[in-house]
Amino acid sequence: MKIHEYQAKEVFADAGIPVPEGQVATTPAEAFEIAQKVNRPVMVKSQVHVGGRGKAGGIKYAENAENAKILAQKIVGMDIKGLEVKKVLVTVAEDIISESYVGIILDRATKKPVIMVSPAGGVDIEEVAAKTPEKIFKLHVDPVKGLRPFQARNLAYKLYRDIAQVRAAADIIMKLYDVFWSKDCSLVEINPLITNTNGDVIALDAKINIDDNGLYRQKAIAAMRDIDAEEPAEVEAREADLSFVKLDGYIGCIVNGAGLAMATMDLVKKYGGEPANFLDIGGSSNPQKVVSAVKIILDDPNVRAILINIFGGITRCDDVANGIVAAFKQLNPSVPVVVRLTGTNEKEAYKILQSVNLPSADTLDNVVKKAIELAGTA
Amino acid sequence: MSIFINKKTKLIVQGITGRDGSFHAKQMKEYGTHVVAGVTPGKGGTKINSIPVFNTVEDAVKATGANASVIYVPPAFAIDAIYEAVDAGIKTVVCITEGLPANDMMKVYPYVRENGARLIGPNCPGLISPDQSKVGIMPGSIVKKGGVGVVSRSGTLTYEAIWALTCEGMGQSTCIGIGGDQVIGTNFIDCLEAFQADNSTKAIVMIGEIGGSDEEEAAKFIKKNVTKPVVSFIAGQTAPPGKRMGHAGAIISGGSGTAADKIKALNKAGVPVAGSPTEIPGLLKDLMKKSKAKPANKAAVKKAAAKKTTAKKTAPKKSAAKKPAAKKTTAKGKKKK
Repeated sequence: MKIHEYQAKEVFADAGIPVPEGQVATTPAEAFEIAQKVNRPVMVKSQVHVGGRGKAGGIKYAENAENAKILAQKIVGMDIKGLEVKKVLVTVAEDIISESYVGIILDRATKKPVIMVSPAGGVDIEEVAAKTPEKIFKLHVDPVKGLRPFQARNLAYKLYRDIAQVRAAADIIMKLYDVFWSKDCSLVEINPLITNTNGDVIALDAKINIDDNGLYRQKAIAAMRDIDAEEPAEVEAREADLSFVKLDGYIGCIVNGAGLAMATMDLVKKYGGEPANFLDIGGSSNPQKVVSAVKIILDDPNVRAILINIFGGITRCDDVANGIVAAFKQLNPSVPVVVRLTGTNEKEAYKILQSVNLPSADTLDNVVKKAIELAGTA
Repeated sequence: MSIFINKKTKLIVQGITGRDGSFHAKQMKEYGTHVVAGVTPGKGGTKINSIPVFNTVEDAVKATGANASVIYVPPAFAIDAIYEAVDAGIKTVVCITEGLPANDMMKVYPYVRENGARLIGPNCPGLISPDQSKVGIMPGSIVKKGGVGVVSRSGTLTYEAIWALTCEGMGQSTCIGIGGDQVIGTNFIDCLEAFQADNSTKAIVMIGEIGGSDEEEAAKFIKKNVTKPVVSFIAGQTAPPGKRMGHAGAIISGGSGTAADKIKALNKAGVPVAGSPTEIPGLLKDLMKKSKAKPANKAAVKKAAAKKTTAKKTAPKKSAAKKPAAKKTTAKGKKKK
């Protein structure tokens, strides 16, 4: 799960990481008020879940409150990489002397958190990483031992010469690691970490992604989820405990397992169709999940056929079949549905399905071809 | 033989009284696995499908001499279940449960290793060595004893590949689903290494998916160390970047971890990548025939190559001869069940 910059800064501030004063606004009037209270030049920053906001024109400098209001008017409602801006963060515009980068992510290969720092922070960090990788310093942290203060200092020396700034940065790195660990983050990032004219070290930006598997014990962060910033069908699917991603095609897919769901989409494309979605009903399925899945797919007006592909393991085909029958009773689908159920309790499943008399296919390739055929042409 | 589990495996089921635990304990037992005990705190002294239930893993191990464990407990307790199994001296721990926090997994992983144990999963279907033992949730009805080792990051997609092999008469030595999470106990390379060393495995199928760089790492390993024929399939060729496709692992980010990258790396290592799971058996047969024709091909590991030529003489001959007819039926997606 992603949270916005202003929310990440709240988490940082709670952890004792210095961030510039600021508040979030949804209207130009609110932006005006916040800027007036700050009583200094401010930055008006769009709050959307994508990178490169600055380059897209979603981050602007405002001399005064009146200016902040005008900019907020422009930025709220703006489209950045397909996402509509609904909130802006109005925050003190610091006088920047230097820009560094600090980030922590989970490194799959070593199965350890890796801290990355660079004295060349700012908007071009990806280019720095690609062209001058020697300017990026990495430290893999032993997850059992944790991050030691000397390790944080060693990294901080790569960023600053001034000893007070080294200490400040080391302190920030320690606290950032603590946030990463204690909040179940999959990524925390400060870009840029700046020094200002007073010599203070400040997190000018903040980015936090949370490991979905840790959300059950991160109630405060889970409550930060911004449903407005997400696809409505995806929100509905999550509430039904389905894994769903909306795509642009016309073959609705209901599959068990992420790998098989992706492979099914790949075959839809291979045989000349276009998948309308990725949908994984997950492991031990209860019939209600299938009903929710059918409903979500039927809500998409582009869908011309539904393909249900289940290879039973922990998922029992009879459960799915019961769900399909229930879905037919409750939703009476207007588009053709083709099924393929194989594996655990397959025979029982087809017996249950006799009551709805659906076209079925025996193999993955055949069910895909059948769905494309039934979808016809628009 | 097989890898990781065999006829001698004595299994305990952690979470045996839950819906999934009890269902699959029964299925495993029916398949022929020695399911010697179950564990559910507070249910000790009872029986499920005539399997004795214990309060702790330690008690279960003491009473039965179990050497492997499979975990079906809910995610909030699954990490603890792994520690408990390892502390009780279990050497093969298979975690079926999905939804384990990555941070906890990062701490468990080194602990398991330091104690000389192997963790498979989490969020995986487990493994099966046909006619010997099944640990996890793979349907026993789709496998057939034979010489193909199957390793996969996926669950149900693995079944698809296994079924395709079985339909073409290509049996399996061991089929293993390693799980799609970011931090997993056993990875592709661990399995490839074990399959390469296993005499009963004549060829290998590796099922990958988008995200991370495990397939690329595996490709490098294959080129250097694997002399047996390997065929692959990569799921997620049509997945849009930046979108999470269910598995914690299946996300393409920053232009890396794409299916195209992985296919390129695998092809470079001499591994053909199938366009559909049903194409896997045909590709494998072609490759086995070819590698038999010129065994001098990439003899990076000399002793393994030597082993291979002796082992190879007998088994794949038949399937290679049968190949043309069999291939035609694959193309039509023939299935008998």
